[in-house]
Amino acid sequence: MLRFALRRLVSMIFVLFAISVLTFVIFTVIPGGDPAVRLAGRNADNAQIASIRKDFGFDKPAYVQYGRLMEKVFTGELESYSTGRLNVFDEIVKGIPRTLSLAIGAAIMWMLFAVALGLFTAMRAGRASDRVLTVLALVGVSMPVFWVGALMNYYLGFRAGLFPNGGYVPLTEDPIQWLYHLILPWTALSLLFIGVYSRILRSNILDTINDDYVRTARAKGLSERRVLVKHVLRNSMIPIVTLWGLDFGAVLGGGAILTETVFDLQGVGQFAAESIESLDQPPVIAITIFGAFFIVLLNAIVDIVYAALDPRIRLT
Amino acid sequence: MALAFGLLFIVLVAACLAAPIWANQVAKTGPIKNHLTDTVVVDGKKKDVVTPDGIAIGPTFQGQYFFGADGNGRDTAVRLLYGGRTSLFIGVGAALITAFLSVVVGLLAGYFRGWVDAVLARILDVIWAYPVILLGVALGTALSLGGLDVGPIKIDADSKLIPVLIIAVVYVPYMARPLRGQVLGMREKEYVEAARAQGAGPLRIMASEILPNLASTIVVFLPLIVANAILLEAALSFVGAGVRPPEPSWGTMISDGVKSIITAPHLTIVPGVMLVLTVLALNVFGDGVRDALDPRAKIRLER
Repeated sequence: MLRFALRRLVSMIFVLFAISVLTFVIFTVIPGGDPAVRLAGRNADNAQIASIRKDFGFDKPAYVQYGRLMEKVFTGELESYSTGRLNVFDEIVKGIPRTLSLAIGAAIMWMLFAVALGLFTAMRAGRASDRVLTVLALVGVSMPVFWVGALMNYYLGFRAGLFPNGGYVPLTEDPIQWLYHLILPWTALSLLFIGVYSRILRSNILDTINDDYVRTARAKGLSERRVLVKHVLRNSMIPIVTLWGLDFGAVLGGGAILTETVFDLQGVGQFAAESIESLDQPPVIAITIFGAFFIVLLNAIVDIVYAALDPRIRLT
Repeated sequence: MALAFGLLFIVLVAACLAAPIWANQVAKTGPIKNHLTDTVVVDGKKKDVVTPDGIAIGPTFQGQYFFGADGNGRDTAVRLLYGGRTSLFIGVGAALITAFLSVVVGLLAGYFRGWVDAVLARILDVIWAYPVILLGVALGTALSLGGLDVGPIKIDADSKLIPVLIIAVVYVPYMARPLRGQVLGMREKEYVEAARAQGAGPLRIMASEILPNLASTIVVFLPLIVANAILLEAALSFVGAGVRPPEPSWGTMISDGVKSIITAPHLTIVPGVMLVLTVLALNVFGDGVRDALDPRAKIRLER
């Protein structure tokens, strides 16, 4: 167990290092042209460009630039290139409660609805209601989140006036407004996962419902409800609980960019999107590492929890 | 049911392939032709295609401007069909490249094991952990500035190949990992042993003994990857890193539409519905293929 955790830690560090190098290469090596010229703007003269080049360290070799950048990532002194040289660390900290609110709320929402839908369709397997709901689940999987979000914002927010038109209110300031502002983003983000999870759960339930231990439980005279919840559901849930962890990490680690942008939540993802648009390299690298960290971390946690729950799995 | 949706997909593809016919014969305009000052007769009344305050006409459900026009007076139906060609090209192209790369990686890693496997597995780990949209957007933005110019490979900044390649790379881990697992199991089988005993080299064994047995997995994956690639194209275009305007794709049309959703909601709804229908058709069809070929349902793409 300890060995496994250690190995995971080493591979996590390697993956994060590789991702930081990759992002650095994408933004430094690939784009044609001089970053100093780009930052100086159209009307800059040569002296200005040279001073910017010196200020930002673009005259140094690439590995020195990378080293400095990473040093600043870890000391928290990283500043963005544009928009008034914001401290990247502060901006990320500002965005975290917003991104967390979105991710946690949506994760709870999609799990609840997926379990309800999965149970219902499994009980009605083969009937018309099962078929209709199964196709509906696939519709949820097939919709781009920003499209659904924009339509919700327009029809339910702007036209019907039922919901606010984007924006975010901190939980500590006004819990009711916080909830009110997040219902649409949660729903938009959840639809995809409800579709995926409910279908997996449905097929898992149908797989286990004929197992011997379920028959035994019925033969003991347990009520159908008890058999379903205690015996069938509990075992069928394992795969989607695993996925839940992975997806939660993915949503925190950048999966919510589009949702945040459409609903103007100003979270970490939206900060990333805006930085990419202005080719602002430091925030993008910091946020990418931050996002990858959550993805890798949740992957490791899921593996460990999984092994703890299922003794047949050996960690190597 | 899977067959019906497979048929729906074929109809949608055919419609998009027939785009020039609709454009020339019915709508009499092109996908990037502006009609800012034109008028059109609807129900006997003359109407501006784009009003003086910049509001585009909605759907007329007749030959010209069947689904209305956008802020530049471009015919939405024509753009929808041409955009479909772009989106489908990107989706299918990316899926084919993903399949090719995954098969190569899966074969090499699974057959040779050892350090080859270790190196490839690490590379897949990195792609896997890289936040998908961030990777796509970062690559897309960087490449769209200067294009790609590495040795013999040269791709223009506004080429459609850029989103194709980005999307192809993103989905490789999803497909390469299960393939590797399968190869790993197969290399110990008797028929591989027999081929080896007959003196067949690794390349030959991979190509003629193992590859044919991977076919059903590849076939199951393809429609699902095409569906997800079309969705990712839309996401990339939404953040400005996919297909470059003025060329239409469903993604760029939706992202343009969202900007003017208050004055002209049809610009968001029409391309979105078309995209959802296409992706849905592929998903249902793919599900059916999976049930037929892989009843134990080991393959999933969504994450």
